[in-house]
Amino acid sequence: MKKQEFIDDPRYRIAAKEAWMAIALFLLNFCWWYAFAFWLGDQPPQEYSYILGFPAWFFWSVIVGTAVFCALAYIMVKHFYTDMPLGPDPCDSAADEGR
Amino acid sequence: MQWEIIIVMFVYLAAMFLIGVWSARETVKAKGGFIEQYFLGGRGMGGFILAMTLTTTYISAGSFIAGPGMAYSMGLGWVLLSMSQLPVGYLVLGVLGKRFAIVARKIHAVTIIDFLKERYQSKTVVILSAIGILLFFLAAISVQFIGGARLFESMTGLPYQTALFVFAGVVIGYVTIGGFRAVVLTDTAQGIVMFVGTVILIAGVFMYGGGVRPIMDKLMAINPDLITPYGVKSFITVPWIVSFWILVGFGVIGLPQVAVRGMAYKSSKAMHNAIIIGTIFTGFLMLGMHLVGAVGQAILPNIKVADTVIPEITKTTLNPWLAGIFLTAPLAAIMSTVSSQLLVLSSTICKDLYINYINPNPNEAFVRKLSFFITALAGLTVFLLSYNPPDFLVWLNLFALAGMETVFLWPTLLGLYWKRANDAGAISSILVGVSSYLYCHYYWSRPFGAHTIILPLILALVVFIVVSLMTRPPRPETIRKFWG
Repeated sequence: MKKQEFIDDPRYRIAAKEAWMAIALFLLNFCWWYAFAFWLGDQPPQEYSYILGFPAWFFWSVIVGTAVFCALAYIMVKHFYTDMPLGPDPCDSAADEGR
Repeated sequence: MQWEIIIVMFVYLAAMFLIGVWSARETVKAKGGFIEQYFLGGRGMGGFILAMTLTTTYISAGSFIAGPGMAYSMGLGWVLLSMSQLPVGYLVLGVLGKRFAIVARKIHAVTIIDFLKERYQSKTVVILSAIGILLFFLAAISVQFIGGARLFESMTGLPYQTALFVFAGVVIGYVTIGGFRAVVLTDTAQGIVMFVGTVILIAGVFMYGGGVRPIMDKLMAINPDLITPYGVKSFITVPWIVSFWILVGFGVIGLPQVAVRGMAYKSSKAMHNAIIIGTIFTGFLMLGMHLVGAVGQAILPNIKVADTVIPEITKTTLNPWLAGIFLTAPLAAIMSTVSSQLLVLSSTICKDLYINYINPNPNEAFVRKLSFFITALAGLTVFLLSYNPPDFLVWLNLFALAGMETVFLWPTLLGLYWKRANDAGAISSILVGVSSYLYCHYYWSRPFGAHTIILPLILALVVFIVVSLMTRPPRPETIRKFWG
């Protein structure tokens, strides 16, 4: 492709980084869910151990998994996501208001 | 028990309608173009409202009726499956993210088709995606209408047609007069109802069943399969359950009614808060409702129609007033889903087809009348279709979710992030995606053990990339407009 004569909107680099973080969190979420469910759950139900009354696989994969990934989503957003104006012109943050 | 529930229901419906009336006044008062106000609420959503409308739009009758019904028959394995929906909140907003909100403002896009039209500069892309929306949405909305009316019928004892008339009348009414603002505000109210309802129901169920462990032991005694991740008779296979992460986790990014919310929020802070609230809300609701369904087997082991598990359990475990309040939750889930779909349908006809191609410069007063008229007309059409549902609707609805994803996921995502993506790539991807989906649905329903959606999505992606690379790149002006 020919070289382009303009510079990409600088906000896009941050936005792309954030998008990859969301995808990474998604993959991690999947691994946690899969690992606990099919590692602890893959035995005859008669031999299950129980935590707070739930089968251990269910407790770790579903209940703890949900709590952990809500917390991670919180940490991701609060510590790694950047505030930025969304208006058409990246330098003009006032244009962002009232739209 | 009927009358308590009827009173609660009608108070609830009246409240939703009032929100519509109030929103209509706000829309008239607001400055800026009517179209942007009516179909996008003037891009003014804050974090809490964004989270609520995003998740309630996505959470439909499925999560309150069919999902718990499956959990009732399949046990904890189905609760595990439902958790593949946990990422919806952070993934949709994280991936479309600020990028989508910025681009939409640069090009003044109000609908997803606006975005595709500007990005690909192709009539064919617009027409194909508009056809996709018209067909799939008509089916999806009327199936939700039918579900809502059946539910209303079973709770109040009114005949089906009357129930449909009241239920559909309220939804069509508030969407038509209030537009996007009414939709997101009612979504928020409905989200709160769902949340409170779920809390009450979980507490009720576990108290009624005597605690967690006794319930699990009872499930074990009924059928040990119920407490495994594999479901009864290994119905849930590993590749199949894993594919749900694509169908209901990742693919949701491609749904127009979801994606449009990615360009309607006020600020990046609103989006940050929405990710947090939305994830917690979805996680809690999915876990809660499906767990109630699974546990239901131990409390009422002999329910004949699994889909009635939530209403039945509610009536058994809660007192009638509480039951009435809770039973508005599934109705709320349905209403919040149809209302957004109805508005997307109407914006497609009004903005994407009529204003784009038939009358590019209508005056403000005319646009206003047209928007009301088309929204009401779309609602009426769906109402008539649901009154005596024809077979093709049920058939179409089977494809609605997956069909939407095959049409919109890659053109949206690649158009946003890949400079080289062009119209030829998008068109061939849509055609290959939909046709291979139809093929798989009929002849090869679990390719390599995975859900039907996986193979078509992969094919559509490959075709998109290959065809784009083989044809000419998009025009420099387009790239500059989107990236500069």
